Amino acid sequence: MAKTAINRKPVTAAKNGSKTAKPSEKNGNEEFAVVELAKAEYKQRLKSQLESIKKTDKRLLREMLYQMVLGRRFEEKCAEVYRMGKIGGFCHLYIGQEAIAVGSMMALEPTDMVITSYRDHVQAMVKGMSPESVLAELYGKATGCVKGKGGSMHMFSKDLGFYGGHGIVGGQIGVGTGMAYAAKYKGTGQVTLCFFGEAAVNQGIFHESLNMAQLWKLPIVFICENNQYGMGTSQDRAMSTRNIARKADAFEMANEFVDGMDVMAVRDASIRAIERARKKNMPTLLEVRAYRYMGHSMSDPGNYRTREEIAKYQERDPIALFKQSLNDAKVLSEKDFTKLEKDAMDAVESAVKFAEESPLPLESELMTDVYA
Amino acid sequence: MATLTIRDALNQALREEIIRDDNVFVMGEEVAEYDGAYKVTRGLWKEFGDKRIIDTPITELGFAAVGVGAAMAGLRPVIEFMTWNFSVLASDQIINHAAKMFYMSGGQFKVPVVFRGPNGSAFQVSSQHSHSLEAMYANFPGLKVVQPSTAADAKGLLKSSIRDDNPVIFMEQERMYGLKGEVPDGDDFTIPLGVADIKREGTDCTIVARSMTVPIALQAAEKMQAEFDVSVEVVDPRTIKPLDIETIVNSVKKTNRLVIAEESHSFASVGAEIAYQIMDGAFDHLDAPIKRISTVEAPMPYAKNLETLALPDVDKIVAAVKEVCYL
Repeated sequence: MAKTAINRKPVTAAKNGSKTAKPSEKNGNEEFAVVELAKAEYKQRLKSQLESIKKTDKRLLREMLYQMVLGRRFEEKCAEVYRMGKIGGFCHLYIGQEAIAVGSMMALEPTDMVITSYRDHVQAMVKGMSPESVLAELYGKATGCVKGKGGSMHMFSKDLGFYGGHGIVGGQIGVGTGMAYAAKYKGTGQVTLCFFGEAAVNQGIFHESLNMAQLWKLPIVFICENNQYGMGTSQDRAMSTRNIARKADAFEMANEFVDGMDVMAVRDASIRAIERARKKNMPTLLEVRAYRYMGHSMSDPGNYRTREEIAKYQERDPIALFKQSLNDAKVLSEKDFTKLEKDAMDAVESAVKFAEESPLPLESELMTDVYA
Repeated sequence: MATLTIRDALNQALREEIIRDDNVFVMGEEVAEYDGAYKVTRGLWKEFGDKRIIDTPITELGFAAVGVGAAMAGLRPVIEFMTWNFSVLASDQIINHAAKMFYMSGGQFKVPVVFRGPNGSAFQVSSQHSHSLEAMYANFPGLKVVQPSTAADAKGLLKSSIRDDNPVIFMEQERMYGLKGEVPDGDDFTIPLGVADIKREGTDCTIVARSMTVPIALQAAEKMQAEFDVSVEVVDPRTIKPLDIETIVNSVKKTNRLVIAEESHSFASVGAEIAYQIMDGAFDHLDAPIKRISTVEAPMPYAKNLETLALPDVDKIVAAVKEVCYL
């Protein structure tokens, strides 16, 4: 699949006329300035991932890798069919961020609730929605998970506790807080995972929600998927601090910074946060830093960053990293990987066939579901 | 029948629905310990405690969102705005989330939340506390919009709104909280949404009025009867959305003349919509062009004389009725 075309030199904060210091000089998190991660650190990460793998069920590990690969292949296919005009509207891809959805959501109980932003295809599938129902929705078909009424940004499944992809940056942070409120009110023991991008942190709803969640002791995990760009604006050009996790300190909320290229690190942090929510009714903010390989959406030419920057992240690709660790830990062999890749491709191809062959929504659907 | 103020009728509705359904709770600024900014929730916190009556921080967008999420997850929140003017801070949650959730989830997620509070002008509270916002919210498919004008309507419609599976915009009026009226007994008393009420029968001219303009229109009707022997019918839609246009059309078919009295500004108002729908449904029955009385197209001033000048009143409505009756 073609990589996003990048032609221009990087636009740095300094060249933009800003006097802002380099990120590493501004505050903490130097240890996780991921883009500058040296090879030695990469090896260190492999080592810690390996340790975590040893403590985890092998079948689960295989399923985690499968979900990551499925998510990657699914999104690559979306890009392909989008260019063929099969998908309309906006289409925001998750490539590069797979470790976040898989690492966190696969630490949930099936009855737990999840809500996310418009970059929602992979979260929907990890929650159990079929690639068929997600791709058919992207095709605007009657068999889509919301009958062709939502499209890319609005995947939902009430049965599976997937409370949707939402198109207003940050809006779902408040809605997720309300879901957690309901779980506590009813005493269901459910935990809510609430995903949002780093740019959503600049919205008022982030601060309003964190305040209420901590004040009212709600069972929720706020997961900031820091892919470092809000559309085409880098975090450094939009936020006065690099340090998102510690914004939770302002609310005296537990928080953690996590390397989002390491699925086991995401899993371990999520387990801690989910347990805090379930056992103590206490929220957590996780800042999980990853990198979005593709543009913000399919219409993004990506001329705000360099090929080199993307390549740096791809060197420590979350899937490649996890594969290598699973290989080192002798959990999966090359043969297993080949089969797993084939299974993922087959699932995607089957979804394409399903979406292609599905009917358009009936015209009578236009005016249904307006009111309950 | 008991005689209650609108404030107490609303209080009774909340109390009865809280008792009836464990999933109903009331949330908003000052609703609990303070007993409500306008005392609509008086006594409820003492009776039901922290779980059912929840004081919030001043965080309109935030607690509106909690209402939306909690409703999606199976509760029936009643979210109070101290005034609808503050709802503008929360409008993203009402408009982009609550209104659209059922449709964009393909009919999976209902949002049975009631947003309520006083709408429109009060007593010299000036520009930022006096706006009537019903036309804005009525513009969004997925929302229901209710504007009661009597104690009985307030109670019956609020109970129906809480039981409704859709997000309901329930708009009270601060000037009217103390108005008294008879309210049927029994906690099963409800009034269905989407049914207009003829507040006064007449034969010569119809006034469509809602919320604050209903009592004013009734006074205008009395004056027309006494001074000009004109029999005025006053129709109160009670629910703006869904709108019971049929009752209004039937009234116009009988009287052949229509005056619309509303507290909101005139441009793109609910009255403008009603005028269009009457043109569409009763054009041949009209003996005169429709007249509309609204608040002037300026932010609400503070000075008492200017505030009075800005708002609809009996004389303005009488003048409009005379005009459509060619008097």
